[in-house]
Amino acid sequence: MKGTNLGEFEELVMLTIAALVSDAYSVAICDELEKHTGRVTKLGVVHAVLNRLEDKGLVISTLGEATNARGGKRKRYYEVTHAGKVALTKSKEMREGLWRIIPGFNLGGSI
Amino acid sequence: MKKSHNARNTGSGPPTPAPPRWAQRLLVWYCRPELLEDLQGDLNEYFDRNLKTKGLRRARLIYCLDALKFFRIYTIRKPEPINLFIHWIMLGSYLKTSRRSLIRNKLFSAINIIGLSISMSVGLLVIAFINDLVSYDNGQVKKDRIYRLLTNSQRPNDRPMTLASTSIKAGLKLRETIAGVDEVALLRNGFSGDAHVGETALPLGAFWADNSFFKVFSFPLLQGDPATALKEPYSLLLTEKTAKKLFGEADPLGKVVRFDTLNYKVTGVLKDIPKLSHLRFEALVSFATLDGKKSDSDGDLLSWESIYSNYVYLVLPENGNRETIQAGLDKLSARENLAVRNQKITLTLQPLSEAVVGRNLENPIGPSIHFMALWVLGGLAFVVIISACFNYTNLSIARSFRRSREVGIRKVIGALRAHVFGQFLAESVIISLLALVFSFLLFWMLRAEFLSLHPFLDNLVSLELSPRLILYFIALATVVGAMAGFLPALFFSRINAIQVLKDVTSLKIFRHVNMRKVLIVIQYTFSLIFITGTIIGFRQYRGFLSFDLGFTTENILNIRMQGNKSDLLKKELAEMPTVVGIAKSHMISSLGSIHGTSMKYKNPMDSSGVWLSFVDDQHLPLHNYKLIVGRNFNTRPVNGNETEVIVNEQVLKRFNIANRNPEKALGEMVEMNGLKLAIIGVVKDFHYGTVEKKIEPTVFRHYTEETGGYLNVKVKTTDWPATLARMETAWRKIDKTHPLDARFYDDQIEEAYSQFSVMLKVIGFITLLAICIASMGLFGMVVFTTETRLKEISIRKVLGASENGLVLSLSKGFLGLLALSALVAIPATYFFFDKVVLVNFVYHQPIGLGDLCTGVLVVMLMAMLLIGSQTWKAARSNPARVLKSD
Repeated sequence: MKGTNLGEFEELVMLTIAALVSDAYSVAICDELEKHTGRVTKLGVVHAVLNRLEDKGLVISTLGEATNARGGKRKRYYEVTHAGKVALTKSKEMREGLWRIIPGFNLGGSI
Repeated sequence: MKKSHNARNTGSGPPTPAPPRWAQRLLVWYCRPELLEDLQGDLNEYFDRNLKTKGLRRARLIYCLDALKFFRIYTIRKPEPINLFIHWIMLGSYLKTSRRSLIRNKLFSAINIIGLSISMSVGLLVIAFINDLVSYDNGQVKKDRIYRLLTNSQRPNDRPMTLASTSIKAGLKLRETIAGVDEVALLRNGFSGDAHVGETALPLGAFWADNSFFKVFSFPLLQGDPATALKEPYSLLLTEKTAKKLFGEADPLGKVVRFDTLNYKVTGVLKDIPKLSHLRFEALVSFATLDGKKSDSDGDLLSWESIYSNYVYLVLPENGNRETIQAGLDKLSARENLAVRNQKITLTLQPLSEAVVGRNLENPIGPSIHFMALWVLGGLAFVVIISACFNYTNLSIARSFRRSREVGIRKVIGALRAHVFGQFLAESVIISLLALVFSFLLFWMLRAEFLSLHPFLDNLVSLELSPRLILYFIALATVVGAMAGFLPALFFSRINAIQVLKDVTSLKIFRHVNMRKVLIVIQYTFSLIFITGTIIGFRQYRGFLSFDLGFTTENILNIRMQGNKSDLLKKELAEMPTVVGIAKSHMISSLGSIHGTSMKYKNPMDSSGVWLSFVDDQHLPLHNYKLIVGRNFNTRPVNGNETEVIVNEQVLKRFNIANRNPEKALGEMVEMNGLKLAIIGVVKDFHYGTVEKKIEPTVFRHYTEETGGYLNVKVKTTDWPATLARMETAWRKIDKTHPLDARFYDDQIEEAYSQFSVMLKVIGFITLLAICIASMGLFGMVVFTTETRLKEISIRKVLGASENGLVLSLSKGFLGLLALSALVAIPATYFFFDKVVLVNFVYHQPIGLGDLCTGVLVVMLMAMLLIGSQTWKAARSNPARVLKSD
C-alpha cells in the first residue's frame, strides 16, 4: 500500500517531469519547481525524491548525450512511466472527488 | 584567423575557474558509480551558474557544501566484499610472484631485507624499553589513583628545587586537615645497617613505613597481617629473599633481628618486590620506631623544613578530585611558610605513572628517566627506520619496469587498481615481516649489549619478552611494511595496462627521479648530522675526562670507610712501601656529589651558600691543590674547637673579602654553622662539581670525624694486583663484614660522566646503522643506474669516450646529491651544538673545523668508493658484448 501513495512533493516533482516533457533533468526540474511553487527547492532534496520515484517505478531515467556544458558530464533525463501516470491520475481523481463533495467554497469565508 | 587565435588563447591562458579538487575527489570516492556522472554534472552546472552570479569563492564554497550534502545513504557506494574475497583467493598468486621477484633480484632483496631488519631491531629495542617503562608499578591495584607529594623549595639567591621527597609534617597535615583523600602513607628512607641473627650478619637497606603502607600499596604479604604488621615500634618486614638469607629455611615470623644494639621483631614476610616497581627495598621498618627520635642531621624530624628523606603517597577516592586536594595543599603550605624564614616550600601532586617516566627530581626514591630521553631514543629509531623505508621505496620504484608487465597482465585479466595496490602493499608487508624474523634475532643480541651499557639501564628495565610485546613487534613490522610499500603500491596501481604491454619503455620510470633524489639527500643529511654529532660529542667527552680540574687525580685510590675508623686502616696502609701518601676526606670532589652550607662575612644579613669539603691536613698536598697564599691545615683541632678555613678565589669574589686580594684576605673571619673561622689560605679555583657546572664559592674545613668518609691513598707501583691484594688484607683486619670498596679516582671521574658515554655509545651505534642503511640504498641506486645505462655507456665507449670520463659522468649526479646533503648537514649540526647543546656546559671545548669535517669526509669517501666501484665496473665492460646481447 505504501508504494502507491504519493507524497505532496513527489507529486509535484512528477508533474514537473511531465510538464517539461523531453527536457526533464534534475537542474531543470529544480528550476521549474521553484518557478511554479515559489519556494526554494534544494537540489539534494530533488535528487533524493527522483531516486525514490525511480525505485518505486513511477519514473524512468536515461542518460543523454555528453555536451560541453556541465564539465562534459551527461544529463540524466526523467520520464513518467505508465505506473506513474496511473498514480498521478488516481491522485487527481481522489482530490476532485473530495472537491466535489465540498458544498460551498469561497476564499473569503472561514472553513 | 582571429577566431582561432582567440580559441588558442583561452586554451593556453589562465585555467578556467574550477571547483576544488578535493571536493570533486570526495564525491568520486563515496558516490555510487551509477549516480556519479549525473551528480557531478548537476554540481558543475550549479557551479557555473554561481560563478556568474556570486563569484568564484562563493561558488567553490557552495560546491564543497553540496558535495558534502550529497553524502546520503542512497548515494554511498556499497562496500564490495567481493574485492576482499578476490584478495583472499589471489593471495597464493601474490605470494608466488613476490617470492619469485625476491629470488630473482638477490642484491635488491638483500638490501631491502637487511636494511629493514637492522633498522627495525632498534625499533624493537625502543618498543621493549618503553613497554617496560609504562608497565612500572602495574602490580599496584590502585595505580591510577595513587599520587606522590612533590616539594618545591625556593631559597633566596638560589635556584628552585623540586624534590620527590617531602616533610613528615606535610604528610600528617594532609591526613588530618585535607578532605577527599582516601589514604596517606608515610615513608622514610635511610635505614641501613648490619642485620644480625645469631652469627649471620647481613648489610640491609630499608624504608621506614607507617601502618597505612598496605592500604596504599599492594605488595603481597606471604606471612603476617597487613593491618597490623607495621603498627608496633621495632617491627620489621622482610622480603622473601632477605628472610631466606637471614634465617635459611626456618620460619622468620616472630624472630628477632639485631641492628647495632636494638632488637627488631619480624612481623611479616613480603613477596619479593618485582623489578618493575619504583619502590624497591629489602625490608620495611615500622614508622613508629622513629617516634622516640627527636632529630637527625636535617634538623627536627617533624619540622616543615625537613623535606629531604621522607616520601608521602596518597590514594584519591574513585572519581576523586585532584584540584581540591591541590587547593588544600596550597593553603597548607601558605600557612606553614609564615613560620619559615628564607625558604618557600610548596607542595604538588604527582601521579604514580609519572614517577618513573617524568622530569628530573632531586632525592628520587627509585629509578627514573627523563621523558625527553624517550623522545630522543624514539626519534633516532624513527629516523633509522624511515631511512630503510626510503631504500625500499626508492629501489622498488626505480626498478618498477621489471614488474610492470606483470601488473599489465593482471590488469588485463581483470584486476582493479585496488587489487594491484593491495598486492604490492601486501608484498612489502610480507617482506617486512620476513625482516622482522632477522631483526628479532638482532634484537636479542642488542638487548644484552644495551643492558650492559650501564648499570643504570640494567637496573631500570629488564626487556623481557611477553605476548603483548610480540604483538607490538608484529604491529611495528606491519606499519613499517605499509610505510615502505605505500608509494610503490600507488605507483604500480596507476600503471596503464595497454601502455605497458605495448611498450615497456614508455613507462615513465624517470618521472619520479626528483622524489628519489630528495629521499637520498634526506638519508645522507641525517647520516651526516649523526656522525658529526657523534664526533663532536666524543670530543667533548674526552675533553671532560682530560679537563684540568685544578688538582691531580693520578694514581689515587679512594677507599670508602663504610663506617670504620679511618685511622686504623691508615696505620695498616702506611706500612705498605708502595703507598706514597694517605689523606682523608668526607667526600670525593668533582664526581657530582655536593655538600653545601651557608656562610656569612661581615654583613650579618648577607648569607650565601658555599660548597663545603671536609679534609685532613694531607689532602691538599696529596692532590696538588695550588695554594695561592697562606698555609695548609696543620694540626687536628680538638673537637668543637674549629678555627680555620681554606677558601677558593670565588669566595673572595662573592663576599668581596679584602677587595679580592688574597694576600690581605688571610686572617679575615667568616661565619658558618655558628662557628667563627679564620681564613688561613686561599686555594686556586678548582672543579668541586662536575665540569659542566660553573665553579662556585667553595671552602675546605678540617675533617674531625674519626669514622666514615674516605681515605685517599696515593700509590706508586708497577704491580697493581699485588698492591690491591695487600690493601684487601689490610681491610680484612679492620672490617670482616663489608668488602673493600677501593676505586681509582680516574675511573670514578670517568663514571661521573658515564651518562655521556652511554649517550655517545647509543647515538654512535645508531649513526653506524644510519650510515650503513644510507650506503646500501645509495649502492642499490648506483647499481640500478649503471645497469640501465649500460647500453649508453657502451655506445659512448665505442664512439671514443675514455673510461675516466665515463666514471665521472656516471658519478656526477650522485656526488652532487652528497655535496648537497653535506651543505645542509654541516651548518645544521654546528648550530644545533653551538646554540642548543653546548650552552648547557659552562666549560666545554670549542667545535673545531676538524670535528665538523672528519665525519663528512669519511662518509663521502665511503660513498665515493661505492659509486666509483660500480661505475668503474660499468665503464670497464666490453661494449661489444653488451651491444651484441641485445
